[in-house]
Amino acid sequence: MNKPLDHAATVTRAEVEDFLYLEADLLDAWRLDDWLGLLTEDATYYVPPNDKPDGDHRFTLFTVADDIVRLRERIIRLKDPNCHAEYPPSHTRRMISNVRITGTEGDLILVAANFAIYRHRRHEQAPRQFIGRYRHKLKQTDAGLKIYERRAILDAEELGPMGAVSFLL
Amino acid sequence: MLDQPHKNGRPNGKLIVEDLENLTFQVHRSVFVSPEILEDENRAIFDKCWVYVGHASEIKNPGDFVTRHVAGRPVIFCRDRQGNVRALFNVCRHRGAIVCREREGNTRQFYCIYHGWAYNTDGSIKGIPGDEAYAPTFDKKGKGLVPVPRLEHYKDFYFANLDPDAVDLPTYLAGAKDYIDLVVDQSPSGKMEIISGVQEYDIKANWKLLVENSVDDYHLVTTHSTWLNYMRNSGVNVTPAKGHMLPTKGFGLDLGNGHLTTDNPNYRGRPVAKWISVYGEEAKADIDAIRKELVGRLGEERAARVADTNRNLCIFPNLVINDGSSVTVRHFTPVGPDLMKVTAWALGPVEETEAQRARRLHAFLTFYGPGGFATPDDVAALELAQQGYAAWREVPWTDLSRGMGNSQEQLATDEGHLRVFWRKWNEMMEARA
Repeated sequence: MNKPLDHAATVTRAEVEDFLYLEADLLDAWRLDDWLGLLTEDATYYVPPNDKPDGDHRFTLFTVADDIVRLRERIIRLKDPNCHAEYPPSHTRRMISNVRITGTEGDLILVAANFAIYRHRRHEQAPRQFIGRYRHKLKQTDAGLKIYERRAILDAEELGPMGAVSFLL
Repeated sequence: MLDQPHKNGRPNGKLIVEDLENLTFQVHRSVFVSPEILEDENRAIFDKCWVYVGHASEIKNPGDFVTRHVAGRPVIFCRDRQGNVRALFNVCRHRGAIVCREREGNTRQFYCIYHGWAYNTDGSIKGIPGDEAYAPTFDKKGKGLVPVPRLEHYKDFYFANLDPDAVDLPTYLAGAKDYIDLVVDQSPSGKMEIISGVQEYDIKANWKLLVENSVDDYHLVTTHSTWLNYMRNSGVNVTPAKGHMLPTKGFGLDLGNGHLTTDNPNYRGRPVAKWISVYGEEAKADIDAIRKELVGRLGEERAARVADTNRNLCIFPNLVINDGSSVTVRHFTPVGPDLMKVTAWALGPVEETEAQRARRLHAFLTFYGPGGFATPDDVAALELAQQGYAAWREVPWTDLSRGMGNSQEQLATDEGHLRVFWRKWNEMMEARA
């Protein structure tokens, strides 16, 4: 079992939970620029492929592997009505639970959480469900907690009926 | 039943109407919604054509296997303990249960959990529990896993055919071979490999729409404007030449037997061997070196052919190799008239360094895949088309006439190469028993 080190112990689980709930709220409200404000200047965002959930994006074809440059471009795209896959924007609702501080890596705080995201779209009666786990690396900065690395790992064996992953998991 | 004259307003029951006088080409939209037509396609096309199974690099070692579906049938694609590549129906001879449940792995045997029948990796029967209970006349030896009727490969791309009388694979591939060669020539040793990590996603649309979409450059500017913006923001020049839509000089080509491709001058970068700013300054020297190797091995002209053109190759009926900002291998299977399952991989030269491989994968995700900057918009377009077909009786014809008046070559933004697919499709459907 990973033991939170002293460094991480300066952050409580309640603070991490508040941060993740705020982040979820901004994504669900499509306040994407505000969400970008929660990231460090060198942040990354990963969605591993379903068959290699613990893979490395340098050797493995991911669903999403964004450095901060592409992540910013992704936000530009998502705000554009010509992002056809998300226009009209889908309605998402994410439930985050089982939040734990699992350890540290240098000055990074490792955080594990589960997610259930329900996504409703125009012309679709039933929601598409995205279930999985987050593995976040957070950084304590003068401006509060920031995301250094965000990994959304889906439990499903394949994307299947989830289809395209055009919004932020 | 669907052949009745004037059924649903189709002249002589035709699903495809090509008018060479007025230069129009129409496809009847019942082909996107009818369960009967899908059933006919399964028998007339998928059961008769060479269908992609997998790549040799996925089963490198004796005992390696992956499980696949080929024309809807469960299949084990494996390398037996003697090193031979096999495609075996994943079905126990005793009572029919699937004998291999894993996605991939390495094994000494395939084993049925129901009654314990076990098979060697070459498909031969290994053991039948309590076999003394069978009569002496019972053919135990003949109870191995059944191989697919035909399995052949071209440069490590394996295809199966359920029709024992089919023409051989190289004959079937016809002109598509030259385009596979252009892909394989990217590797100094001529060895390409499937990179780990699969993308499997559904599209709520008819499978034939993805054939069209994969080679249709007419939609680029409208469907993918956000991707073009991303390229522009990254300093890549994607501005069309005056009076042209993108791409300015690409062609759509008929490769024979229903296979087709686009063939475009590259403007969007290629890991082999065309640098764009998205790759970063530090990649420049490395890409120069890749190009130098290409020129040294293939000569200036062939190297330019390999490196400076993009190609979206469709091998009839359902395999697409996009040789663009990276190389995809993508095939798709109809589940219903309005639903397909897509499976896609990245392909790369086996010699790539870690940095080159990472760059290739980054380039792949810039455009392709369910989380890319372009594929989700293609999916949206196809699903919107499928939704529109609810009015197929009232608005029954899809128009594919673009470029029919051209006396010169068909451009990639024309629909000449799409008509190649549809003519072959129609020929096979009309030949069905």
